[in-house]
Order: sequence, then structure tokens, then C-alpha cells
Amino acid sequence: MSGGPRSYRLLHLLPVVAVALLWEGLGAAGIVPENRLPPPSRVLGGLAELISRGLPPGSGLLGHCAASLRRVLGGVGAALAVAIPLGLLLGRSARLRSLAHPFVELTRPIPPLAWVPLAILWFGIGDLSAVFIIFLGAFFPILLNTIAGVLSIERGLVESAVLLGAGRRDLFLKVLAPGATPAIFTGVRIAVGVGWMTLVAAEFTGVKSGYGLGYMIMTARDIQRADQIVAGMLVIGLIGFAIDALIRAAEGRLLRWR
Amino acid sequence: MDLVVEGVEKAFAGVANGARRTILGGVSFAAPAGSIVCVLGPSGCGKTTLLRIIAGLEAPDRGRVLVGEREVAGPQREIGYITQEPTLLPWRTVLHNVELGLEIAGLPGGERREIARHHLELVELSGFDDYYPKQISGGMKQKAALARSLAVGPRVLLLDEPFAALDSQTRNSLQEVLLHVQGCTRTTMVFVTHNVDEAVFLGDTVLCMTAHPAQVGRSVAVGVPHPRDRTGPELNALRKELLAFLAEERQKARAAEAVPRLGRGGRRDACTEWG
Repeated sequence: MSGGPRSYRLLHLLPVVAVALLWEGLGAAGIVPENRLPPPSRVLGGLAELISRGLPPGSGLLGHCAASLRRVLGGVGAALAVAIPLGLLLGRSARLRSLAHPFVELTRPIPPLAWVPLAILWFGIGDLSAVFIIFLGAFFPILLNTIAGVLSIERGLVESAVLLGAGRRDLFLKVLAPGATPAIFTGVRIAVGVGWMTLVAAEFTGVKSGYGLGYMIMTARDIQRADQIVAGMLVIGLIGFAIDALIRAAEGRLLRWR
Repeated sequence: MDLVVEGVEKAFAGVANGARRTILGGVSFAAPAGSIVCVLGPSGCGKTTLLRIIAGLEAPDRGRVLVGEREVAGPQREIGYITQEPTLLPWRTVLHNVELGLEIAGLPGGERREIARHHLELVELSGFDDYYPKQISGGMKQKAALARSLAVGPRVLLLDEPFAALDSQTRNSLQEVLLHVQGCTRTTMVFVTHNVDEAVFLGDTVLCMTAHPAQVGRSVAVGVPHPRDRTGPELNALRKELLAFLAEERQKARAAEAVPRLGRGGRRDACTEWG
């Protein structure tokens, strides 16, 4: 990101502050009932309590974040490790692509959450189930974008490498993988978003360790703490925002050539 | 002979009706070691197909290509290939692009860099090692592509209208760079172009292609020593001869196309009909 002067970026925060103030005002004026949608001040209070006391008491916010992040990174990481090589292969070979087509297109429409019962049957309730479900959600965006990325590489680039003596290995490592990288990044950003969405829903169904942001939000619902529900949602949003910013920074660095 | 092309034929199935159309109708020629053969012909006459077959990117229906007595069966490092659109890898800097073939050959980093730098110097493109392709001009890209091909030391270099997309000043200067390079490396070159000026300025031999199907219509030895005077009487005489040949070919092509278009009523002269 080019990132202009600091003052310019602060200027972008102004509308956010304005919306927060409006929201606060609507609560204070009694137009939005506090027990339905608590105002920002109450949400921040709830957030402070989540950090200091934890929910359930003793289970601090950092622990919830760490557990959720671990699951997302595990699932998305596994998806990257499988989907990128497979996508490069399928992008290169039309025959393999048509062989894989029915499998991909039959599996892809099944929502990751529909796999929850099977995941629990296979892996029990716990991290492995969550990682598996996130893997399924993250897998297809990466796979399809990698294939599209390979297909977008000009034939001339591949041929010039072949004429310089490139074998299969060189072709994959020096032409196909770097050429598909912009599209892979698009896939990863979508995959992380899907992974994050899938995670929270997966955690709603139960976790064994007692940690996880989805689990924390469900606990807040059980004790009727709307402020902590919203605070948990806010944390999820902020982490998602931060991850996306990290990916974009990596993208900007790796794709300087564009 | 460094390169021998013997009776190469190629037909393609049409996309729309599936009827096979003969593109190359038995092309034969030979290029002595260290010579520049220019292949001159109208656009769409199959020059690119010919080069792709010589490069081993496509197989001929009939005939064969020999590079140094060995038949070409697929792409190989002995044959370099430069296209009109430079095919530099956009994610590699100029230097790393030139190193590509050497990297594939497994040369160590230091040696690679040395050879790549030497060839960049040879094509007069020094000082842009760390630039990405998008940051340099079309002419510079072609120089880099030339350096990349030469770096692996090919026996034969094929050039498919490499300077067609450049402005005439840049084209002239790149032609001179190419001659300079050829003087140093003595690489045998097959240079495809539709530009008569370019053909007579560069070629030791100019092959004029006929259209539909393409064959070698005439082979002209240029026989003018370098450096050549672009506007001198020798090149002008050659130019005149080649232009006359091309005009004749166009005439023939038009006449051949006119038959189906005017239907069954036989051939009538389109000019008298509309004039």
C-alpha cells in the first residue's frame, strides 16, 4: 500500500468516529434499546471485562483469540499446502482438469458446516474437527484461483522457458507458480475470510478446550450479555481486518513487478 | 549447413468448418553456419508456423528440420526463439530474465551473473539489471530477450518479426545491434519479416514466400558487404526486385480468392464490374 501521510490516513477514521458517536447518541436518547444493541461505550466496557475477567471467568480474551487463530491458520495452512500444488497441476493439464471437474463441482457446493456431523464422527469434538471444516471452506477458493492463475499465463512465457530447456520442475517453479501468484493471493484472501466465517460457526457447535471466540460469544448469549456479544463480534472483525492488511502487505511486497 | 529445412508441410483444421487448410506447402531451404536468412512474405502466409516447426514447438505433417545434422524432434537449447511480443517473465528483473536459461542449465550464481552481464553488454543494454520488464521500453525488452536467448549459446536463432512493434528509429538501431551481435557470436539466424527494407539490410539471403500455401518462391542472395548503406543503389535495386515479387504474389492471391467469391458464373474481373 502506498500509505499517504499519516494525517490523511487519520482522516479516513473520521467517518468511523462519526458513526460511533451517532450510535452512542441513539442509545443515550433511548431510540435503540441498550439491551438489544448496547452503545459503543458499553461495548468497550464489555471488552475490558472480557480482557480482565474473561468469559467464562478465568478464560481471558487472549486465550480465545489464540485458540481461534490457531484453528484458522491450521485449516487455511493445510488448504494452501494441498490446493496450490494441485491447482498448478490442474491448471497445466487439461486432461487432469476434466478428470477432476466432477469431483470439484460436486464437493464445492456443500457448505463446510454440512461437514460438521461427519467431522465430529471422524475427529470428535475439538480442534481437529474445526481445522478440518476450515480446511474445506478455504480449499476451493485457493484451488480455483490457482487454476485460473495458471490459465492466465501467456503461452509465450511457458514456451520461452521450454525453449531454454526448462523441464517439468523448472516450469512449475520458475514459470507457473510465480505467474499464478497474483491469483493465488486473491484466493488466499477469500479463503481466510471463509475460514474465519466457518470457524465461528464451527465453534458455536461446541469446543472441548473451552476456548474460542465463537464459543465465547455463545457463552455471552447464555448469560444475556449483549455488550459482550457485540464486543466479541468486534474482536472478530478487528482480527479479520488485521489479517487482510497483513496479506495485502505481503502481496505488495511480493508482487512489486506488477 | 547449420540448419536444413526439407519439404516441410503443415495443414490446420479450420475452426469453423473443420476443413483442412494447407499452410505450408513443402518449404525447403538451408542456412549456412553464421549466416542470416531473412524470410520475407505477406502477413498470414505461415511464416510463424514455419518458425514454430523449426523451433520444435510444432511437428510438421511431412518433411523434417535438421540442426547440425540432427533432426529436430522438440524444443531444445540449440535453437533460440524470439517473438514479436517479448516473452520476458514479468516477475523477474532484466538480469534474472537473462539468467533464466543458465539457471535451468544448473550454472552456479556467480557464473550465471557474469555470462548474463556479458550478453547484456553485447546487446547494449547495460545499467538496467534491476529493472522489471514493465519499467523498460519495447526496444529494451527485445534487447533483453535477445540477450536471454544468446546467453545459452544457441546454434540457431529464430526471430519472428522481432522489431515489428517498434518505431522505425528504434527498429533501425536494433537491426544494427543484431548485426553487431551476429558479428561477435556468428550465430546462424533465421529472421522472419514482412518488411522489405529490413530483409535487405540484414539478410545474407532473402527467401520470398508465396502465399496459400507458403513455399519459397524465390531465394535472393544479397551479396552486399556490411556495413550496408540503407539508401545505397545496391539495396535499392534489391528492394525493387523484392517489392515487384511481393506485388505479383498479392495479385495472385487476390485472383485465387476471387473465384469462390464471384460464385459459379466463372471468373470475372472485379475491376471491370465495379469500374
